[in-house]
Amino acid sequence: MNLLNIIKEIETVDPEFNERISPRRAAIKNITSFGSKIAIAALPMAFATLFKKAYGQQSTADVNAVLNFALTLEYLESEFYAAGTNSTRSALFTTQGQSTAAASALLRIAGDENAHVAFLKSVLGTAAIAKPAFDFTAKGTFPTVFTNYDTFLAVAQAFEDTGVRAYKGQAPSLVGNKVVLTAALNLHSVEARHASHLRQMRRGRATSIAASAMKPWITGTNDTGIGTSVDAIYAGENNVSQSGVTITSIMGVGGNISTNAATEAFDEPLTKAAVLAIVTPFLA
Amino acid sequence: MEKLTYAEEKKEKAFLSASLQRRSFLKYAGAGAASIALLAAGCDKDDEINGVYFGTGDIAILNYAYALEQLEAAFYTQVVATQYASITAMETSYLTDIRDHEIAHREFFKAALGVNAIAALEVNFSSINFNSRDSVLATAKAFEDLGVSAYNGAGFLIQNPEYLTLAGKIVSVEARHAALIRDLISNGTFVGTDVLDGYAMEKSRSPSEVLAIAGAYIKTAINVEGLPTY
Repeated sequence: MNLLNIIKEIETVDPEFNERISPRRAAIKNITSFGSKIAIAALPMAFATLFKKAYGQQSTADVNAVLNFALTLEYLESEFYAAGTNSTRSALFTTQGQSTAAASALLRIAGDENAHVAFLKSVLGTAAIAKPAFDFTAKGTFPTVFTNYDTFLAVAQAFEDTGVRAYKGQAPSLVGNKVVLTAALNLHSVEARHASHLRQMRRGRATSIAASAMKPWITGTNDTGIGTSVDAIYAGENNVSQSGVTITSIMGVGGNISTNAATEAFDEPLTKAAVLAIVTPFLA
Repeated sequence: MEKLTYAEEKKEKAFLSASLQRRSFLKYAGAGAASIALLAAGCDKDDEINGVYFGTGDIAILNYAYALEQLEAAFYTQVVATQYASITAMETSYLTDIRDHEIAHREFFKAALGVNAIAALEVNFSSINFNSRDSVLATAKAFEDLGVSAYNGAGFLIQNPEYLTLAGKIVSVEARHAALIRDLISNGTFVGTDVLDGYAMEKSRSPSEVLAIAGAYIKTAINVEGLPTY
């Protein structure tokens, strides 16, 4: 009986064998064991098969590319919030009406983004890209990003809504990958929670008619009141057809589902190329 | 070779979930998989409980999502139909939006599943006081947070990339709902350590874990024997 057969036997008798031999479950919560996926190439074939079951069919290079793409966005957000919540900016924004609740929400989000960076860096190890230098004015598009509280919130919202679409767009390339896909999804929904709150914060500020009508979910395309500079972030969000089902043909309560609700009910993905085009102006 | 591995894995998963099903999923929470497997060894096909059958593989997962969306849609339909005391205009507007989103999700799954769609499930909301803002929002929070953790936890079980993308399109909307509902309860609680781990990542749940919670609100007997879980 060779090693492969032994393992198969064990799997048949003890369904929890996979669970124990692979650190996948703990890995999602514990970064020290997550990194062990790097060692796949060094394992004998039988073990590699077991690991593939746990980690999906993607090559390490492909997975790292996705993780570094995510890390780029998390670096961007992390540095952005760090700059916007430092004592100088915080004092300035307070003079512009930033409430205590708003300040703590931004600190909360800043902390989350820092944790996301720490997570991705730990997973990638030496494969992690270095933090790029950023230009948060986006080459002059948002010259007052750190001197005007409302501009700061606008850029924050733009980043969060972009992050949601970016993670979503990468999901299909991680099909079946318990550890990395699950991690990506667990990051993705946190960005959506941030986006929801920032949209409410901006609605409360009512800087424009559009902003004062804005909801925690995306209605149609660019519903932000920020202007055409963020159109690309919302391109395609007005889709009302999902896998051949026309959502506006669905009967709701007292009539069909409205176009607004149909677009709000489904967030759309963005390709990596589209995300990079959005992010590039923010790279120094 | 890959195909063979996949088929074996499916068999293994089906075996596990079948074991869970035979014990009735409401009762297995907290039980170890090993002890369940032992119990299952003494069962044969005739012991299977009757219930709405979810199918296997991706179909089962889509039906699982459909079941959760049925629950949410029914809940918000009731919330908007019998509004709690002192509801504000903004709350009505948000809750109506969410109702429509959940109906859109529910009917989308029904249409996408076609003949494979499970029947409409009967819900049990007897524990919810629809006249009470606290009760309604606490339930909404539980449902939304559960929904997010359910989609996140089932993502890797989905084999078809198109279905995975669809789940992704829906889960972030559920997360937007969750954040809003939590902020309505207490502003600034859009995320929290109750739903995040130490890396500020959402805690996901397996289908078994989700159904153990959601089961309390589903009156119809369900058969999730073929539903992949872990």
